Amino acid sequence: MPYVSNEEVKAAVEDRAGSQPAQGRIAKIFDSDLFHSFLRSKVTVAAAIGTAVLFLLSFLAPWVAPHNPFDLATISILDARVPPVWMEYSDPRFFLGTDDQGRDLLSAIFYGMRISLIVGFCSVIAAAVLGISLGLVAGYMGGRVDAVIMRIADVQLTFPAILIALLIDGIAAGIFGGIDREIFAFYILIVSLALSFWVQYARTVRGSTMVEKNKEYVQAARVIGIPSIIIMARHILPNVMGPVMVIATINLALAIVTEATLSFLGVGMPPTQPSLGTLIAIGNDFLYSGEWWIAIFPGLALALLVLNVNLLGDWLRDALNPKLR
Amino acid sequence: MIGFATRRLIQAMIVMLVVALLAFTMFRFVGDPINQMVGIETSIEEREALRERLGLNDPIPVQFLRFVTKAAQFDFGTSYQFRVPVSELFAKRIPATLELSFTSALFALVVGIPMGIYAGLNRESAISKMFLSVSLIGISLPTFFIGILLIFLFSVTLQWLPSFGRGETVQIGSWWTTGFLTISGLKALILPSITLGLYQMTLIMRLIRAEMLEVIRTDYIKFARARGLPDRLVHFKHALKNTLVPVITITGLQLGAIIAFATITETVFNWPGMGLMFLQAVQNVDIPIMSAYLLLTAFLFVAINFIVDILYFFIDPRLRVGRP
Repeated sequence: MPYVSNEEVKAAVEDRAGSQPAQGRIAKIFDSDLFHSFLRSKVTVAAAIGTAVLFLLSFLAPWVAPHNPFDLATISILDARVPPVWMEYSDPRFFLGTDDQGRDLLSAIFYGMRISLIVGFCSVIAAAVLGISLGLVAGYMGGRVDAVIMRIADVQLTFPAILIALLIDGIAAGIFGGIDREIFAFYILIVSLALSFWVQYARTVRGSTMVEKNKEYVQAARVIGIPSIIIMARHILPNVMGPVMVIATINLALAIVTEATLSFLGVGMPPTQPSLGTLIAIGNDFLYSGEWWIAIFPGLALALLVLNVNLLGDWLRDALNPKLR
Repeated sequence: MIGFATRRLIQAMIVMLVVALLAFTMFRFVGDPINQMVGIETSIEEREALRERLGLNDPIPVQFLRFVTKAAQFDFGTSYQFRVPVSELFAKRIPATLELSFTSALFALVVGIPMGIYAGLNRESAISKMFLSVSLIGISLPTFFIGILLIFLFSVTLQWLPSFGRGETVQIGSWWTTGFLTISGLKALILPSITLGLYQMTLIMRLIRAEMLEVIRTDYIKFARARGLPDRLVHFKHALKNTLVPVITITGLQLGAIIAFATITETVFNWPGMGLMFLQAVQNVDIPIMSAYLLLTAFLFVAINFIVDILYFFIDPRLRVGRP
């Protein structure tokens, strides 16, 4: 993060004030500081394009994937473990080869990335909703409520998220004991990820809420008798959302990695609905017999996805850093 | 100092109590312990007798108190799966995990600190830029995938290093087994410790680099240069010393993360440690092992945090004056 002196910031502000007002909403976006800082960094532009391509490929998987890896009618066990096209004994139908059940690996990666992204987004949203609500309540109410919520957050912060997610997964498996785990895998995964990542949102929102609640607009709202819950949701919430968006972007990459790790460890998505982590777990069994592509390609896809999202998140954090504004 | 330490100690004990409550809740209310212990053919009367004998009908606070007293004496009950006391299982597994964690932390420090110093002092050089790009990739690769890549490269393709287990171990004392003393044990340590320590290494490198860049700009460094002190002295005696405060905190806190992430590394490399056992317990819903692992790691984390806080107090003189 480059160091920006106060003078530079002032100059930038004056410069901006002096420039021609842009027309329309879209033009405004293209003329914003954020957009200019975006164009300045070539790495960020590349990361944005990379992220967009990966998102498109995964969400349009049913249309862009050459095969449907879940259509039992089209897959054949005779096609199992075919190597990628540039190797011997390959099959031109399968660009990156096939896995142990004869599923086209490239298609499986597209579909797997889609599941990884859906789990990632859902858990980030769930964690944000939980964290924001608790943070708002803690910051606005103060006193004992605040103390209890923040102590829980402190205790949880001592543990790495992956451990908490593992524990919650184990407990969930214990509670749902007899019932088929595969049906619930998706929801258990999201709950355990949400419960592992809410703390950061809660702490940030609590901090900004404590600042906001003493401002005049909140006092005015309180004086005219608006109930606390509406003050929190309608008046304070929009003013504390800025940093939350940055945390959410950075946490998306983290959530994807954690989901992949849980799936790899066998407590995440089941092999019937494989995410990238599950695909790597399947491939790991064949690594020693020379069929490396089954594990390595999904892994590279995962790394590529996380790297791109991370780069975007880093840039966003630096660009929106309130200290530099 | 004593006041500071006592306050921290009380905080640590509160955290441990909360964790104990959590572990107890898991132990007592997730699934019925009796169902796990007996077979289908056991009659209801026999079940009730067992329930009474184990004290599961006592008031909950009494049960919690008993749980804490027993846990403090390392009695965590019997594993549902193996029918062996959990503490025995852990005693067998702890050396493997601690040796792995120690080696990875050492690797992270020994490789990360020099890289960070170099990148901080030669900001524009090609090598520092390469360090930074590599570290970004290292952060983006999930731990388990790094392990798979290393196995693929060094075990499957080149066949230099083993991909699973601890190799030959030597018994020291009554229960500690070590892999440090045999060649195969040391060879088996290499890949898992790199996998586990890579993230911490990049973290330490980036931290030292950032701190170095900051410190180099300060007046006392300029002054030391003006006095004509040789670069070596300025860099290592004056600059490096002041970058170490945050490094010690982060390293301490990361020790906890290393122990937690050992779960993943141990699974990838089939390393017979606590983490692998915990993961198998999660898959088989072996609650006694899970709650014991929770308590043990919580204890380790709390102890590490406490020690780091106290260390901080000794290293940074400003803390001694400023704080009440």
